[in-house]
Parts: sequence; C-alpha cells; structure tokens
Amino acid sequence: MVKNHPQMMNNPHVTSPVGGFDVWRVRQEFPILKETVYGKPLVYLDSAATSQKPQRVMDAMSHFFLRENANVHRGVHYLSERATEAYENARVKVARFLNAKHANEIIFVRGTTEAVNLVAATFGKAQVGPGDEVLITAMEHHSNIVPWQMLCQEKGAHLRVTPINDAGELILSEMERLIGPKTKLVAVTHISNVLGTINPIQEIVKMAHAKGAPVFVDGAQAAPHLPIDVQALDCDFYAISGHKMYGPTGIGTLYGKREWLDAMPPYQGGGDMILSVSFEKTVYNKPPNKFEAGTPNMAGAVGMAAAIDFVMDVEHHSLVTHEHDVLAYGMAALSTFPGLRLIGTASAKSGVISFVLDDIHPHDIGTILDREGIAIRTGHHCAQPLMNRFGLPATARASLACYNTRHDIDALMAGLAKVREVFR
Amino acid sequence: MNDELRNLYQEVVIDHSKQPRNFRKLTDATCSAEGYNPLCGDQLTLYVKLTNEVIDDIGFTGSGCAISKASASLMTAALKGKKQQEALMLFNQVHILLTEGPNGRVPPDTLGKLAVLSGVWEFPMRVKCATLAWHTLRNALEGKEIPVSTE
Ligand SMILES: Cc1ncc(COP(=O)(O)O)c(C=O)c1O
Repeated sequence: MVKNHPQMMNNPHVTSPVGGFDVWRVRQEFPILKETVYGKPLVYLDSAATSQKPQRVMDAMSHFFLRENANVHRGVHYLSERATEAYENARVKVARFLNAKHANEIIFVRGTTEAVNLVAATFGKAQVGPGDEVLITAMEHHSNIVPWQMLCQEKGAHLRVTPINDAGELILSEMERLIGPKTKLVAVTHISNVLGTINPIQEIVKMAHAKGAPVFVDGAQAAPHLPIDVQALDCDFYAISGHKMYGPTGIGTLYGKREWLDAMPPYQGGGDMILSVSFEKTVYNKPPNKFEAGTPNMAGAVGMAAAIDFVMDVEHHSLVTHEHDVLAYGMAALSTFPGLRLIGTASAKSGVISFVLDDIHPHDIGTILDREGIAIRTGHHCAQPLMNRFGLPATARASLACYNTRHDIDALMAGLAKVREVFR
Repeated sequence: MNDELRNLYQEVVIDHSKQPRNFRKLTDATCSAEGYNPLCGDQLTLYVKLTNEVIDDIGFTGSGCAISKASASLMTAALKGKKQQEALMLFNQVHILLTEGPNGRVPPDTLGKLAVLSGVWEFPMRVKCATLAWHTLRNALEGKEIPVSTE
C-alpha cells in the first residue's frame, strides 16, 4: 500500500482495496497520473480514447531500442535474430491473451481501424459481390462503418444495420431477422465506445453461424476490460488496438481463423509478404506474413506485449470487480445530478459514462472540466449515426480504466457543479 | 472559478448563447452557407440578404457550443447594415483578437460588443468554435457551395 499518496489521504472511499485489487499500487505504475494540469491533480477520464501507459511498457520499448533493434526476418546476424525473436514472442503473447489456437492467426496492424480495412480489402474483396449484404449495428465506431460502406459501394452490395433500444442494447431479434442468405459478414463491436454496452458476442456468433455468416468483432474497447477467448466466442475475426489497452499507439492486431486467413487474398504488396518474386509471378507467403508487407512496427509489438503482461499480471477477476465498482458508483452519482441525462444504460455495461447536461453543450462542459484538471471526451466520439439515433449532436463522456477510483468520480461531480455555476 | 474561464464565459457570451439574436431562417436570403465543426459537432446555416452590397438582413440556425452560438449571434448583430467589404474586414479584426487576445494588435474596445470574445484566445482549442460563423459568412458572401469545416 502506498503510504504518502496525497489523494488517498483525503479520500473517504478508500478503505480496503476492492476484491484484492490495489488500485493505489496500480496507479504507481503510471507516471503520468502524477502530473498536474493547470495546477490541479490530473483526473484522467478519457481512457476509451487512449489509455495511459505503465512504466514497464515504456521500459520494454526502450530496452528494444537500446539492446535489440535490427530489422526482423531478414538478417542472419545476432541483433536481427534478437529483434525477430522479440517480435514473434509478442505475437505469441497476443495469441495467448486472446486464446487463439495458433500464433500465426495473429496479424500485426496499426490498430483496430487498419484491421477492419484489412478484412474489408481481403476477405471483403473475395467474398462480397453485387446484391450481397454486410450487417453492422447502430452503435459502431466510424472505423467499423466506413470501410464496409466503401466495400459495399464498390461491390454493389448493401449495408444493413441492426437497431438498438433506448438503453443502448442491440435488439437481437431484429439482428436475427436481418441475417439472411445474402449476409456475407456480420461486423459488431464487443463494447460500445459511447454507451459502454457489452454485446453478447457468443450469442451473436451462434446466430450468425447458424445462417452461414462469419462474424468480425471490434474488440478495441473490450481488450483492456474483459478476458477474451476467441475460441470460446467462436468469432471469425477479432481486432484490438494496443494503445487502448495500456500499450503504445501505432500497433494492434487482427485475429483471424486460420481457414479464412489461408483463403483470403493478400492485403498490401511488398517485402516479407512474399516467398518468391519474379516479374512474371509472385508467390505469396503464408499467414500471418502474407498480410504484413514491409518492415513492421517492432518496438510497438514489444510494447504491446509488455502491456499484455501488465493486464495479465493484474488478476482479471479483481480488475473487473474494481472497474465495475467505480462504474456503479459513477452511474449512481451522476444520475442524481440535476438536469443530467445518462446516455447508455445497458444492463451489461463497461466503464463508459456518456451524458448530456440540460442544453449545455458538451464542448463547454469539457472546457470547464479541463480547467479543473479533469480530462473527458466531448463530441460525437466517431459515432455520428449513434448520436443521430439518440437525437444528439454530441455527448460528454467519462471513461474508466484500471487506475480510476471513486475519487475521480467525486472530482467529476465537483467539476460539474462548476459547470452549473458558469451556466447558471 | 478561475479568471480565464470567467473571461471566456462572460455574461454577455452566456446571454447570447442562451438567447441568440437573429436566430432564424431568412426566407428572402440572397445567399446562404453551411458550416461544420467536426470536433464538437457544431453545425450552422447562415442566411444573408444583400441589397446593393449592403447586409440588409442576416440570420442563422443550427446547434453548437456556447462559444460558437454566441459568436454567431454577436456577429449577426454587428453586421446588419454593414457593407460586404466591411464585414470581411471585420472578420480579419476579430480573427486577430481571437488569436492574439486583448493585448494584441487589435484593441478590443475598437470592436464594440464583439470585444467579449477576447477571452477565447486563452483557449486555442476553442478559436475554431468562435470563427465558425465568420468562415461561414465568408463562404456565403463569396457564393461557395462547399460547406466550410473548421477542423
Ligand atoms: C469501438 C472502437 N472501435 C474502433 C476504434 C478505432 O481504433 P483505432 O483508432 O485504435 O484504430 C475505436 C477507438 O478509436 C473504438 O473505440
């Protein structure tokens, strides 16, 4: 237990760590949390945009640059071997994290956005034709909408959308009705970045597979919060971003079932994705290399592996319990704030609290909170169709990670009182 | 509340954001334009009625943050009866005020009521909110079809 943490001293809520999870020890791993903003202690409630990074992630990356840097898969020399090993170990780590059957089902990409685009450009190119359908949902991030829209436009296919109810939950009976013989893919987010809704992926996959449709899961928001088992989910694709799960930016992975990866055409052309090249004919490499043209983000992969170590070190059950405690505390507190309306009240919900406050624009809320040292996100959160569904131009969003405490919620409540004062 | 916030959200600004002036569509507009601020989702449509290059009437509709609404409201109030060229020159002055603040090249007291926007300069992220209406005005006057975006 930390002895001299200033916030802990005057925090009435911290008695014993929730479920064996010591949040004050976890906070020690994140140097940035000690920063002050405009003279106030930083209250970081924007982890759904990007999480903060523990020291060990930065250490792992600098160790790579200091001791192991060379190009991968290319040199016979010592450093190239070390670099290749570090990179491929990271792949194995991700495979274990997602419980994939084989490490070669893991493709390194820039992030979830590139993973979606990769699947659209390879699987989509091969499988989707005129008159076919791709089914998404009303709560998708733009990155799980636009690539499918572009694909459908190019192919003369149709984009279908599963509606949601007022609490922000998928209407599964509608989804079942929308999956038909022409459905070539169902693309759905595991957790909504605006509503926090946790979608029943296992059930959705069963439903889709029963009608012969494969399923792509956007796991960007799920990876830092839920234990993920792609074999148990039985999904066909699963995408994650390193930077949302305590790792660096510019790295993420796409999981794909081996059968699909073998059948899919390559993504980009270049080095590493080939076995042999002549001007007449090129023989492509096997997955995952088939989909990884060019020198990859090696330090990023190493950082992502260190982030996975961090997440796996924190006992998952107690982490989930802790995050849920702060979420429940936050939802209860905010729901008592006069004029505040919570957006996204699903029964299965992760640490995202979206809200609007009377007719005060979220952007103004964000600016005032910022001067209190509180970082939240305001705007449409890259989900304009979802905003339209709720008839809102924007929301304010406080999002949680493992290092947030009830104290952060108290700070948010105090900040909102300041907002009220300005707009009295 | 800290001083910077107080300077940003001056009473006049709050007032104009809550009760924007000229908040209406003109049925006899001679030109109009749309503006977006994708960062915060601000959207406004500006209507101008020009008679012999003079702004006879001006109005706007849309939704946005307090700063963008107040700025649009203050702008419409300031521009009625102004010549087209004068309006664009005023935009230049306002832009300098927004980016340089009260001690910049444009003394606030030369801008009448628009001076209340001088607090924006301490919030660089919000300059776009305050200039949205003005950019849209320029497009309307220049007859550009493409919606302006301040991102
Ligand atoms: C649900 C969801 N999907 C996809 C993305 C895109 O992830 P990235 O920007 O890391 O590619 C995000 C975050 O921006 C997200 O929240």
